[in-house]
Amino acid sequence: MEHTNEMQLIFDSRSSNESFARVTVAAFMTSLNPTVEEVSDVKTAVSEAVTNAIIHGYENEVHSICIRCRTEGKTLYLEVEDTGRGIEDVKQAMEPLFTTKPELDRSGMGFSFMEAFMDRLEVLSAPGKGTTVRMEKTIGKGRRLWTTQSL
Amino acid sequence: MKYQVQENCLTVFLPNELDHHNAEEIRKESDHLIEHNHIRYVIFDFKETNFMDSSGIGVIMGRYKRIYLLGGEMCAVHANERMRKILTMSGVTKIMQIYEEEE
Repeated sequence: MEHTNEMQLIFDSRSSNESFARVTVAAFMTSLNPTVEEVSDVKTAVSEAVTNAIIHGYENEVHSICIRCRTEGKTLYLEVEDTGRGIEDVKQAMEPLFTTKPELDRSGMGFSFMEAFMDRLEVLSAPGKGTTVRMEKTIGKGRRLWTTQSL
Repeated sequence: MKYQVQENCLTVFLPNELDHHNAEEIRKESDHLIEHNHIRYVIFDFKETNFMDSSGIGVIMGRYKRIYLLGGEMCAVHANERMRKILTMSGVTKIMQIYEEEE
């Protein structure tokens, strides 16, 4: 297809890479002409997914995190994958305020933020195998089409 | 990270990006300051902050638990539109006032 583009990013699960990951995805999506707010939404969602992989997936051990991005038309498809410990109960993990690490001051809002800022969120996980978070966001949704107004 | 202690009030000058990476540092340093300076009021200054995720919310909620037990209060200042949105969405505005300007 003409308007598709893809990229893959593999990096160490170090907390210093959280900003690297979200800035890279933000740079990749600029071809979709997003608003500042749309970029912020995606950056927040990437940050949440990567932080989850580091803290929960790998429990602060250093392994690889893979981000796969694709743009198709006006939509950004985003996948954040770790091969860490996985989630026993995905439904429970996605409940607002649920966290397995309250002692680390985790708010339990990671998935809620991803859900709020993206159009679609899917979490695939198997204990002992890892977790893949799939997200989608269509750029320019609900933006007013001023070009069609008559002068 | 920058902090300011004035009597029993601690101001935390938050960084440009508040994520899990620097949340740890703010958590440790501000808890140390709260404990050793009889702090009862905490002001989070968002003047420099353009990015925050749920780790930032965790830092605020965690400090609130301490300050609440000490009978104190917290507030946020200089939060831009995006920061206000994140703070409101997360519900922390129920435990922390957002002020336009520092008084």
